[in-house]
Amino acid sequence: MARRKKRKEIFALGNEAVVEGALLAGCSFYGGYPITPSSEIMEIMASKLPQTDDGVFIQMEDEIASMGAIIGASLAGRKVLTATSGPGFSLKQENLGYAVMAETPLVLVNVMRGGLSTGLPTCPGQGDVQQARWGTHGDHPIIVLSASNVQECLDMTITAFNMAEKYRTPVILLLDEITAHTREKIEIPYEGEFEVFSRTIPSMPPEWYKPYEETVRGVPPMPPIGSGYRFHVTGLTHDRNGFPTQRPEEVVELMDRLHRKIDQFFYDIQLVEEIQTEDADTVVIAYGCVARSAELAVQQARANGIKAGLLKLKTLFPYPRRQQEKIMANAKTIIVPELNMGQMSREVKRVNQGRASVRTINRIDGQIITPSEILKVIMQG
Amino acid sequence: MNEITGNEIIHQYLRHNKKFPHVLCPGCGHGIVLGTLIRSIHSLNIPKDDVVIVAGIGCSGRLAVYVDFNTVHTTHGRALSFATGIKMANPKLNVITIMGDGDALSIGGNHLIHAARRNIGVTALILNNNIYGMTGGQSSPATPMGATTMTNPFGQLDKSFDTVELARGAGANYVARGTTFHVKKLEKVLTDAIERPGFSVVEAITPCHTQYGRKNKYKTPVDMYKWMKKAAIPVDRYNELSEAEKEDRLAIGVFVERDQPGFEERYFDLKAKLQAQEEKGGK
Repeated sequence: MARRKKRKEIFALGNEAVVEGALLAGCSFYGGYPITPSSEIMEIMASKLPQTDDGVFIQMEDEIASMGAIIGASLAGRKVLTATSGPGFSLKQENLGYAVMAETPLVLVNVMRGGLSTGLPTCPGQGDVQQARWGTHGDHPIIVLSASNVQECLDMTITAFNMAEKYRTPVILLLDEITAHTREKIEIPYEGEFEVFSRTIPSMPPEWYKPYEETVRGVPPMPPIGSGYRFHVTGLTHDRNGFPTQRPEEVVELMDRLHRKIDQFFYDIQLVEEIQTEDADTVVIAYGCVARSAELAVQQARANGIKAGLLKLKTLFPYPRRQQEKIMANAKTIIVPELNMGQMSREVKRVNQGRASVRTINRIDGQIITPSEILKVIMQG
Repeated sequence: MNEITGNEIIHQYLRHNKKFPHVLCPGCGHGIVLGTLIRSIHSLNIPKDDVVIVAGIGCSGRLAVYVDFNTVHTTHGRALSFATGIKMANPKLNVITIMGDGDALSIGGNHLIHAARRNIGVTALILNNNIYGMTGGQSSPATPMGATTMTNPFGQLDKSFDTVELARGAGANYVARGTTFHVKKLEKVLTDAIERPGFSVVEAITPCHTQYGRKNKYKTPVDMYKWMKKAAIPVDRYNELSEAEKEDRLAIGVFVERDQPGFEERYFDLKAKLQAQEEKGGK
């Protein structure tokens, strides 16, 4: 009789859980540059990848080069990961845009630290949220995910890889210093318990292959470099063959498809967790470590007889508009606590359009927003 | 194979579904370098599927699109980082980067020295035309001192980079320089560079008459070739010249030939060792 498959329990750091998730998702290439508070991801990869069958680890000379290396490896057929933090995230923006344009799957983890510029390297922050959405130049679609506890670090990393492969796009996973450096018990799912998606490779003969052809999903198949499908990859606006073009109709076709392939799958991409929102007239919308404080605050408010709920955002972009609209059927007050001056609350207000009262709690001193701070605002109504 | 002419070889390797004409100006040397690269690859009998051309940004960056290999046109200066990723992901591929002087020495300078230090198994072909051509003739780190450019209308104040010395100092396995006038020699060093494991650098001096020559006393492209012919001198003879005589001369040929294992070789050796240890420990 086959042994019943069991989940393995480990006591792990958020950053460690990212590595576990990446390896489960099939990641076999890491290119990076050290930066606090993300370095553990790189360090653990440095010891694990050389011991796997085909794993490659490389420390590059800078953040820009790490992005270049993982894009190159992804084009050569690997599932790739890099991790960074604030200042490094800024440097990665150049090649991030390239990856969007060249439709290269990759996962970029940004462990957010406090402040702008060099800021507060060892403190938590959530100041890179809008940068994750708009950091690279030019109009572009992007998927941005987040995690609020160590288990979610693992789960969302797997999700990030699956989305990157499914939609041929870079996926950004935003953590914060607290989530990344929290150590707690997590369960590692067993093989077969979770979905692993790998990019579609072309089935037609090479001479028929058009690398950027329109497809139903808007996602063209992607062969690894060296497999007989010779084609041109470029960051220039290109036609269906991948050759640079300035013809307006070809430019529009490409840009439309790049956006459509993400937008039309909103139901698959926009992930949230609803906690006691069914009848809630006061709803907290939160993500990352702050969502954890918010969960406790909601429980305490319920104990005080207040109909409070939490909408935890796991996908930040494309913003889960429909899920917010759903909770707005009952919600009279929406509270958005975050470790910045109000970056996601902009999205919330945009969808709200004056219907509910939106209250923000912002902290930028490198400290977490506590449950009691959120509870106080809930109690004020 | 030997009966076919040079043009026929080149024709075999051009993309026939690509919309020609190309972007290069009359008198530009880049086409000569591309032709040389094709002949080098052809002479080594490397299948097209195993060749990856990784190009940067600028006039030289546009060369990749015309040839029927796996081609990646990357961001400005970053070609070597993409190439490193490709080589490490699949070490069987022959990865060749095409960069300009601004690309490789200025914005991509850090990647060049670290690719050399790491000795990654990639060939770096640097097309040095002493200028930023595509953007309209601004100074590059290879613009000679005193030259007139759009950003140094009163003469270039800073010294130019010596690509060869830079690559040598940083640890490249193979360093050579050629010109588009001495095509046969260029083909020879490029072929050697592609064949050799580890990191190879080939600097090809190529004329940009449009943006550089005509503002610097070379009235026609022919004048630029005359300069190349006069200035270039084999490296062993160059070394015998006095410092004063070296002033206006350009050494060409092979400068560095080392046989250090490439980074990918060292990495996959380590992996094999770790796996052997694990198997031993398991039993």
